[in-house]
Amino acid sequence: MSWQEYCLLFAAMGLVTYLPRCLPLIYLAHRRLPKPLVDWLSLIPAAILSALIAPSLFTNSSTRSLELGKPELWVAIPTLYFAWKTKNLAGTVVLGMALYWLAGFV
Amino acid sequence: MAPLPPSTLFRHGLAAAWPICLGYFPIGLALGVLAQQTGLPWWAMAMMSILVFAGSAQFICVAMLASGASFPAIVFTTLMVNLRHALMGSALAVHLQGVDRRFLVLFAYGITDESFALNMARFSKGGWSRWSALTANQLPNLTWIGATTAGVLVGQFTPQGAFGIDYALNAMFLCLLVYQLKNWLSVITALIAALVATLWYLYIPGDSYIVAAAVIAATCGYLLKRRQEGHQ
Repeated sequence: MSWQEYCLLFAAMGLVTYLPRCLPLIYLAHRRLPKPLVDWLSLIPAAILSALIAPSLFTNSSTRSLELGKPELWVAIPTLYFAWKTKNLAGTVVLGMALYWLAGFV
Repeated sequence: MAPLPPSTLFRHGLAAAWPICLGYFPIGLALGVLAQQTGLPWWAMAMMSILVFAGSAQFICVAMLASGASFPAIVFTTLMVNLRHALMGSALAVHLQGVDRRFLVLFAYGITDESFALNMARFSKGGWSRWSALTANQLPNLTWIGATTAGVLVGQFTPQGAFGIDYALNAMFLCLLVYQLKNWLSVITALIAALVATLWYLYIPGDSYIVAAAVIAATCGYLLKRRQEGHQ
């Protein structure tokens, strides 16, 4: 990709990242979002993270078919347990990488 | 209370933010190495970290670039992933009432999951200056820009797939997901999202599965909550 293409992509990404951080902070300081919207939005992070990760654990991305028992799935179990117990982001990333690396030798 | 000197406010921010910086460093490095293996030059990584500054969205962007996704798909996914910050901004506004707009414009740039969690806790406890909060926003930002750029430069010396780097993204999402599982409702929502995303991914081409599954699962979760509240 060229310099211009990267510029365009990152500027657009930057804009859609910045506006949600900026607009409510500045304009909604004195108002409240409607309760149903707040309730719905509060479930979005869990839903989107789970949706992001599930296909990479349960499917084969090259054939786009169901594949249970990938190393990605086995490694996810202790990684998830570690994350649950410690709530440590950096530690979880390092552990997940190490286990996946070791799984490559098995 | 007499206003504290700027150096003291900066030190308060530094003292609070250093664990975030420490956490960002390996993740930023991992993102840089991954980006380098996708073919991103170091200046593009630096530009992305400066313009976007959103860890998970940047990981997703690199993954989507690697799989040849279209620009609109990447930008739309970025928007959906970062929409949660709209809620965080609203919550922070409670503690920044009547503050100069120019300050808020600068402050908003550094709102992340981590700095939000930190600043909300400190503001609630009281005695937390907005200048210390700004420091706690921007120091991790500088660390992030440095670490991601360094990762690309180090990545040139890292063999493909070394040290399980390909799993960094999955591990980070797993941990961020755990942060979100606060009650039974969020657990059920996450399970529905996983099921819908996997089925959608298998049967519908393209990368609409992320947004579609998230919207469907959050709506199911919301309706379940409504039903439960109706019974009480």
